[in-house]
Amino acid sequence: MRITRTVAGRSRRAAVLVTTGLTASALLLTGCSSDSDSSDNTGSDANGKITLTVADFGQFGYKEAGLFAKYHELHPNITVKEDVTSDEKVYYPKFLQQLNSGSGLADVQGIEVGRIKELADTKASSFVDLSKAINVDDWVSWKEKQATTADGAVIGAGTDIGPMSLCYNTELFNKAGLPTDREEVAKKVAGGWEDYLKLGEEYKKHAPAGTFFMDSASAMYNAVVSSNAKQYYDESGRPIYKDSPSVKQGWNLAAEAASKKLTQGLAQFDDPWKAALRKGTIATVACPAWMAGQISVNAGDANKGKWNITTAPGSTAANWGGSFLGVPKSGKHVDEATELVKWLTAPEQQAAVFKAIGSFPSNKGAYELPDVKNATLPYFNDAPIGQIYADEAKSIPETVLGPKDGIIKDTISTQINNMEQRGTSPDDAWKAATNAIEKVIG
Amino acid sequence: MATSTPARDAYAPPPGGSRQTTARSRRQTWRSRLWRFDDKASPYAYIAPFFLVFGAFGLYPLLYTGWIALHRVEMTGLNQMEWVGWGNFDKILHDSEFWTALGNTFLIGVMSTVPQLLVALGLAHLLNYRLRASTFWRTVILTPYATSVASAALVFALVFRADGGLLNWVLHFVGLGDTNWVNGHWTSKIAISVIVIWRWTGYNTLIYLAAMQAVPTDLYEAASLDGASRWQQFRKVTIPSLRPTILFTIVISTIGSMQLFGEPLLLEGGTLGATGGNENQYETLSVYLYNYGWNLGHLGPAAAVAWAMLALLLIIAAVNWLIGRFVRTSAV
Repeated sequence: MRITRTVAGRSRRAAVLVTTGLTASALLLTGCSSDSDSSDNTGSDANGKITLTVADFGQFGYKEAGLFAKYHELHPNITVKEDVTSDEKVYYPKFLQQLNSGSGLADVQGIEVGRIKELADTKASSFVDLSKAINVDDWVSWKEKQATTADGAVIGAGTDIGPMSLCYNTELFNKAGLPTDREEVAKKVAGGWEDYLKLGEEYKKHAPAGTFFMDSASAMYNAVVSSNAKQYYDESGRPIYKDSPSVKQGWNLAAEAASKKLTQGLAQFDDPWKAALRKGTIATVACPAWMAGQISVNAGDANKGKWNITTAPGSTAANWGGSFLGVPKSGKHVDEATELVKWLTAPEQQAAVFKAIGSFPSNKGAYELPDVKNATLPYFNDAPIGQIYADEAKSIPETVLGPKDGIIKDTISTQINNMEQRGTSPDDAWKAATNAIEKVIG
Repeated sequence: MATSTPARDAYAPPPGGSRQTTARSRRQTWRSRLWRFDDKASPYAYIAPFFLVFGAFGLYPLLYTGWIALHRVEMTGLNQMEWVGWGNFDKILHDSEFWTALGNTFLIGVMSTVPQLLVALGLAHLLNYRLRASTFWRTVILTPYATSVASAALVFALVFRADGGLLNWVLHFVGLGDTNWVNGHWTSKIAISVIVIWRWTGYNTLIYLAAMQAVPTDLYEAASLDGASRWQQFRKVTIPSLRPTILFTIVISTIGSMQLFGEPLLLEGGTLGATGGNENQYETLSVYLYNYGWNLGHLGPAAAVAWAMLALLLIIAAVNWLIGRFVRTSAV
C-alpha cells in the first residue's frame, strides 16, 4: 500500500515538475517569438544610442559607398545595420509575411518596383506616409508616382532607376574578332535588339570555346518590354499580357536568341549565373544601371577592367527595375528611420551610390552633380556611365504598373529559360507561361 | 493507477460508521476525498500538456487550414476572406501542375523508399554480426541523418551541377559527362532520391538493427543446428521476426516521402526551387503548396492542397493497414 502511495506521490511531484517545465518552455517560446529583433533593437540604451536596421536585397550599394558609416559619423547615437537577401524573389515573400504578422520587420525595408504597386494597393496602411518627409517633386515624375497610393500617400522613397545599357566583355569580344571600342559597339547595335542578335551571330562564328554571347535571353526580353509604357496591365488594372505588343516583341526576340543558341541559358541571379560571370563565359549582359553592380560583385576582382559599358541597342529608352525604401509603421524608431530614408535618397547620397556601384539616381537633384555627370566606373574600363544613363533616363516612358508585374516577369523568364536550355518550342513555352500566369493572377 | 485504487479506498470510512464525527475522521474523509479526486483527475493532468500543445499547434491549425481552403484569401490581405466553397479544390484538381506534382511525389517516393529500405535491411544484417568497433560503425551509419536537410541539399546540388559538378566530372572519364541532372525529368528525380536515400538509410538501419537484436538467439542456434545457411537464416528467421518493424518503416517512409519538401526546394534554390524546376520536373506536392501560398500568395488553393495531401495520406495509411492485415493473416 505504502509503496503505491509513495510512487504516486513521487510521480505527482514529477508531473508537477514536468508541467511547470512545459509551461515555462511554452512561455519562453512565445516570449522569444514575439519579436525576433528585440535583442538588437531595444529602443535606446542608457546613452540614448539606437540601432536602425535596413533590410534590402541584391546590391543597394550603401555599404559599398560607405553611407552607413558616414551616417553614424553625422549622428553618433545612431548605428545602422544592413540585412541583405541576395535574391529579391526570396526576400519579398518573407517581407510580406512579416508585414502580415507585424513582427521581424526592419526599420527600413527595400521594395522592388515589380512589387510596389501591389504593396501600394494592399498594404499602404502598414507604411509611413513619406510625402511629408520628402519632396516628391525632387524625383523623376514617374518614379514617385509608382509609390503613391490612391489617396495620395507615398509608401516608399525612390532609390535608383534602371536605365538600360549594354555591358560587354572586351576580352571575349577581342578574341571573337569584334570591335571593343564603346562607340563602335554602340554603332553595331544602333538599329535595336535585332541588331544585337546579328552581332551575336557574328560573335558565335569565332567565339572562344565554352563562351556565349549572352547570359540569358530573359534580360533582353525585359529590356524590350520595359521600353514600352504598356507592359502587363492596362490603366484600369486589367492584365493584358496575352496581347501586349511589347511582350510579343520581346518574346519573339528571346525565342530567336534561344533557337540560334546565342545564350548560355542561365537563370539570372542564381548560383550558376554568378559562377559563369566569375569564369568569364559571358560576352554581353543587357544592363540596367544596377546590373553593373551585380556584375562587378559576382565577376570579382579577377575580371576587373575586362568589362565595358555602352549604350543599349536601339533608340527607345527603357527602364528595368529600380527600388524604393519604405518605413514600416510597426518600427520602434519610425521618425529616425524616416530621417535615414530621407538622407539615403537625397541627391548627394544617391550620387555616392552611383559612384560606388553604378545604380542610377532617381532623384533629379543628383543629375546636375559632377559626381553623376562625369561619373565613370573603374571596374568597367572607366565607362562614362553618367553620360550613358543620363541620356537614356531623359526619355524613359511612364509605365503602367500592375500588382503582379514582378511574378509575371519571373514566370516568363523561366519559360524563356526553357526555350534556351531544353529547346522547348516557343508555342509550348508560351502556353506554359500563360498557364502559370493565370495561376499568378488567380 | 487502477492497482492503487483499492488501497486508497481502504482509507474511506466504513459506511454507516460512528455518528460521532471526530475531527480526525473528518480529516480522514476529506483526505480520502482528496485521494479519490487525485486518483480520478491526476491522469488527465499528466496527459494534459500534450493535448494542450497538440490542440494549439496541431488541431487548431489543421481545422483552420480547412476553413481557409473554403475561402479566397490573399497573402496581401489576410483579413479579407471571401467564401468560395469547393472552388479552391476544383481549381487545384483542374490544374495540370497539381497532377504533375502528385506523380512526382509518388515516383520520388517509390524511387527513394524502396532502395533505402532494402539497403537498410542489408546493412542492419551486417551490423548485427559481431564485428570490431561495432559502436563506431553504428555511429557512422547514423551521421547522415544528423545533417540538416539544407546542408545535404546544398552539397548534393554541387555534386549534381551540370556545369562543373562533381558527378559529371567523374562521369566524363567514362565519356558521359554532359548530363544536365536537374533538367532531366528522370535524372532530377534520381538526384532527389539520392539525397533522401543518403539521409534516411542510416536511420532505418538502426531501427532494423534494434529489432534484430530483439530476435532470440536460440532461434538462430536452432536454425544453424538444422543446417541452415546464413542466407537461409536471414530469410527464414530474421525477416519474419522483423515483419512488424518493416511495416512500421514503410509507413514512416511513406509519410516522409509524401511531405518531401526541403530537398526539391533547395536542389536548385531560388525561383526554380519554388516551382520544382523550370518544367516542374521535380515538383512535389509540398513544393506545389509552398509555391501557391508563398510565392503566388494565394492561400486558399494552398490550404486545399494541404487537405488533399491529408486525404491522400489517409488513403495510403488505409492501404498499408489492409496490406498489413493480409500479410498477418497469410503468415500462418
